[in-house]
Amino acid sequence: MTSLFSEISPEPAADVPVRRITVTVNGQRRSADVEPRLLLAHLLRQAFRLTGTHTGCDTTNCGACTVLYDGQPVKSCTMLAVQADGHEVTTVEGLAGASELHPVQEGFRDEHGLQCGFCTPGMMLAAKALLDRNPDPTEDEVRWALSGNLCRCTGYQNIVKSVLWAADKMRGPDTGGGGDRHDEEQP
Amino acid sequence: MYPSRFQYEAPTTVEAAIDLLHRGGGEAKVLAGGQSLIPMMKLRFASPELLVDINHIPGLDYHRVDPDGSIHIGALCRHVDLEQSTTLADAQPVLAAVAPLVADPIVRTRGTLVGSLCHADPQGDWASAMVALDGQVVAQGPQGRRSIPVADFVAGPFQNVLAHDEVAVEAVVPAPAGTPAGGYLKLERRIGDFATAGVAVALDLVNGSVSRAGVGLTGVGSSTIAATDAAQALVGAALSPDAINRAADLAAEAAQPRSDHRGSASYKRQVVRTFVVRILTNVLESDERAA
Amino acid sequence: MTLDEVKIGGLGASRKRVEDNRFIRGTGNYVDDIVLPDMLHMEILRSPLAHARITSIDTSKAWEIPGVHLVLTGEMMAARNLAWMPTLSYDTQAVLATDKVRFQGQEVACVIADDPYTAKDACEAIVVDYEPLAPIVNPEQALAPDAPLIRDDKEGQADNVIFDWEVGDREATERAFAEADHVSTLDLHYPRSHPSPIEACGSIADFDRSTSKLTVYMTTQAPHIIRAAVALVAELPEHMIRIISPDLGGGFGNKVPVYPGYVASILASILLERPVKWIEDKSGNLISTGFGRDVYLKGELALRKDGKILGVRMHTDSDHGAFFADAQPSKFKIGLMHSTFACYDVGAAHLTARGVYTNKAPGGVAYRCSFRVTEAMFFQERMVQAAADELGIDQAEIRRMNFVRDDDFPHRTPFGFLTDSGQYGKCLEVGLEAVGYADFARQKEEARRRGRLLGIGISTMTEPLGAGNSREYDILGIKMFDSAELRVHTSGKAILRTGAKTQGQGHETTWGQIVAHELGIPAEDIIVEEGDTDTAPFGMGTYASRSTPVAGAAVSMVARKIRAKARKLAAHLLEVSEEDIEWELGRFYVRSAPDRGVTIQECAMAAYTNVPDGMEPGLENTAYYDPPNLTWPFACYIATVEVDPETGVWDVLNLVAVDDCGVRINPMIVEGQIMGGLTEAFAMASMQFITFDADGNCVGSNYMDYLLPTAWETPGFELHEVVTPCPHHPIGAKGVGECATVGGPAAFVNAVMDAISHTGVRNIDMPLLPDRVYEALSTGRDVSGAPPVKTDES
Repeated sequence: MTSLFSEISPEPAADVPVRRITVTVNGQRRSADVEPRLLLAHLLRQAFRLTGTHTGCDTTNCGACTVLYDGQPVKSCTMLAVQADGHEVTTVEGLAGASELHPVQEGFRDEHGLQCGFCTPGMMLAAKALLDRNPDPTEDEVRWALSGNLCRCTGYQNIVKSVLWAADKMRGPDTGGGGDRHDEEQP
Repeated sequence: MYPSRFQYEAPTTVEAAIDLLHRGGGEAKVLAGGQSLIPMMKLRFASPELLVDINHIPGLDYHRVDPDGSIHIGALCRHVDLEQSTTLADAQPVLAAVAPLVADPIVRTRGTLVGSLCHADPQGDWASAMVALDGQVVAQGPQGRRSIPVADFVAGPFQNVLAHDEVAVEAVVPAPAGTPAGGYLKLERRIGDFATAGVAVALDLVNGSVSRAGVGLTGVGSSTIAATDAAQALVGAALSPDAINRAADLAAEAAQPRSDHRGSASYKRQVVRTFVVRILTNVLESDERAA
Repeated sequence: MTLDEVKIGGLGASRKRVEDNRFIRGTGNYVDDIVLPDMLHMEILRSPLAHARITSIDTSKAWEIPGVHLVLTGEMMAARNLAWMPTLSYDTQAVLATDKVRFQGQEVACVIADDPYTAKDACEAIVVDYEPLAPIVNPEQALAPDAPLIRDDKEGQADNVIFDWEVGDREATERAFAEADHVSTLDLHYPRSHPSPIEACGSIADFDRSTSKLTVYMTTQAPHIIRAAVALVAELPEHMIRIISPDLGGGFGNKVPVYPGYVASILASILLERPVKWIEDKSGNLISTGFGRDVYLKGELALRKDGKILGVRMHTDSDHGAFFADAQPSKFKIGLMHSTFACYDVGAAHLTARGVYTNKAPGGVAYRCSFRVTEAMFFQERMVQAAADELGIDQAEIRRMNFVRDDDFPHRTPFGFLTDSGQYGKCLEVGLEAVGYADFARQKEEARRRGRLLGIGISTMTEPLGAGNSREYDILGIKMFDSAELRVHTSGKAILRTGAKTQGQGHETTWGQIVAHELGIPAEDIIVEEGDTDTAPFGMGTYASRSTPVAGAAVSMVARKIRAKARKLAAHLLEVSEEDIEWELGRFYVRSAPDRGVTIQECAMAAYTNVPDGMEPGLENTAYYDPPNLTWPFACYIATVEVDPETGVWDVLNLVAVDDCGVRINPMIVEGQIMGGLTEAFAMASMQFITFDADGNCVGSNYMDYLLPTAWETPGFELHEVVTPCPHHPIGAKGVGECATVGGPAAFVNAVMDAISHTGVRNIDMPLLPDRVYEALSTGRDVSGAPPVKTDES
């Protein structure tokens, strides 16, 4: 713990049991010495400086800290860092490719799916997990899949549109998608 | 929020886990999905000295229907596995109805059915369904395995009957005596809220007649309630509006709700009554449609 | 060729947001993302009791924990004259408790340690002895003759009353009631609620001994006000204080006040000479930071039998918690409560308002509203609805009949406000048409015959947005202007800084659009910065929907100053006199020879390379804008619902919103604001509340109990617009961010009340949780007050 939060005393106190863990984060293998009580969200934010994973509540409700754990969305404030040892974690920083954004990211920008941006990383990862499983969701399926993530700014309607936009884009032009199907429905 | 300090072990066999729990002497906790335990530790409502993480034990993440029709759910089977399971949807409508209503979709990727039963929250959904289905928990300890009916397993609010060195390794739903039917309804103020009230009704139907029935109630008592009188009122005859109303009244009587910010005791009884009627009416109508 | 304004991202362009590029990559920069060298972490120990005397605090065990650097208590704060701080409402508030704790969650001690886990451990090791006192949890208890005195720290405070205030014409109102055919009365409670942005509050204080400069990164909507307050509290000179508000994870009014955590982290940094980070947890945020609402109303309407409103009489009792810390800058004790009935032409009105102390957290922040406007409009629309029901008048007709007419602006309200413009009737008609009002009555009757309960509810309102003109507002004596500074570089690209502070509203996008509109510089060539008091011009921050009305106006005005100088440069470049120059978007030209012209970019280059003799080089300026009046947007919200008679659960079938917020700068962003506001309105009406048990324990101290709707419960919205330009705003815009939160709740409540009107029930106080709706349905009686807690039926 101490080693993660303070640059002044990089060595943890002697009586604190520490474990070495190795996690594949956004495709990169990274190691850290952690106290068992360190939460996964704090490992990502403090040790790996991936601050796109936000912490919003203490009770596993808001979903701002959602990351993908072996491809499944999890609330990283409700897992221990040690539980990620040997596993793959994808954070918002790992969504985009080297040169281009993930369609979900494009969708959120195109359909004004965010305002303050605080819930956005968790929302986008929950959306990605949905689309990986169900490439052509209905509006209700999107609302249902995102119901573990809270947003205070947008009223969700544009978030839903963003995800449907991304679904269209990901299915490609041959399937009758192409990104603007849902634009036509709204003035 | 930050948990207190604890020791952490991640055994790779059930036996090793039992050994660790034994040595922990009651100050140890099993970590499966962690979706109730970790928030409680963050809020410092729980401060175990030792966490025994069973996620590294292979072979516990199954759910399956045996040839005899019994359903077996391993300690590491996540809610989401049950939610997305076609096996379960075909075999057992009550469990299939519960799965998507547990917590929220992200929590469901980690949380486990067996863990929920162990947590013994009076507002937990799975326990009601398991009580209605005469389900059991298989516990393994230093002396071997034993089966405990869920109705006995939940000893009170947040209390189960496991010995401190026992691990709940599996939940079992016995084979149905007929065609399984029923459902689960819960009133929650929003997704992820605890139940104001929930009702599980499980029936086995033989030639349109109820051969077995179970009714479990969520959130209307200090622990999960088995409404046995309501269930008995249904057995031995075909479903009828009269029988449905009688069962609903008996279920509402069996409820022992407290008035709180989720509603008055009488309101919660009304919800129980309404939900029993709705689940059974739905069964009756589907049965009539099928016929 | 004239530029296409929409193509360069000017007024009316639904320009994609500039700020999104970092947010969708996870590279936003929120306070908790900032790490400074040698930084320490602070955690707060809070009171478990609502009202208790502190008999002792033993911190010795906390000091012994390795990694702990400092344990702060009230006593240590008192030694530095920092145990109490002034509030924005001219009261005092405890920073760390010394004598008593006055609400559950009050700050008692702070620990500063190497990491927050250790700091939390040390908080747990502090032993505080409390002697419990009787808690006061509502105004009725506070006003009881034998009520314990909450603020015994204040000299001359003999009871729990904070203010007793009145406005309007008492005698004229009494005459109106004497002449009325019918008097309609309604008692309401607008429950306590919390703005609850997903990001809680936090700060990093960094005091540099070598320069004596204090830098504070802080979750604040109003950095300059904070700087003034810190200067006051910490007795530091303003130029040695730098407040930086980085990206904010929402605000909604929660991040306006000064909180004890900020002050404690500043003192800790000064004492330790190291940066100290404090990140509040969610429970701390919900339990101790500024709440909104919590007002009880006794309302009366004097009516003619045809529905014409002759007079309005209102009395409010408001619960302000233990410290009067309302973050409201108006010169009126109960904020803008008396903006009520501003859209109706009512003859006479009188309001009395009493505020009391209770054992709850301080606050009264303007939760997505302009200082009690939310309560004012909710009370108004519920009273109008009840009156219509009693008189058997159609709910649309009673509004139509009483609206201020389009040709009656500016209109002086009976409480003295001057509304500026509007087309109230038109907005209503657009909404009625969209929702299918005429047909809904038939559907409702048909449904009722089959046992289904449908209802429709209307809410219409105008509200004063854009605090504010200096006649009616100030903060700590400072006028409520706002500011913009524009620097145009040699190439015609520019940087704009304002005194506002975006927290999701999209200033980085829309401010550029205003400059594009005024100067023809493409919006993408303008970078916008806010939130750093060392670089931004002095401004009063963002809340009360004041950004566009005030800072947005300043942006217009500074751009016009730039254009005036550019015109001189153009005359110089074109070798004609200034009077011979004409302007079209982005270009000056010679009136007699339209082909001879220079672009704004060429003028910018000339400002640095080729200025006429005697002209100061450069192309930059600053504008301060003191608004002549508030802006008065209008809105009409109509909800249709279905109530389940067996469970009291209700679903929204349709929500139609018609907003007239004047000229829309970026329609996409405006619509986003409206949908966000409607969601909070739905939340208030349906589930979002904070209540207290008899011991003063807070129910709603985390997201398990404080219910925010998810994507699943939140209905879809259908948006419509009417545009009545604001007559006194440079580009005709009005505030919009809060309209839907302010006007929305009554639409939902009125719809549910309509659905159960056959029962004779006149009111269910919010939130309309299923159990409360069922209680009303099954008993035929009103359901009033905050939801009960742990009240077992006998």
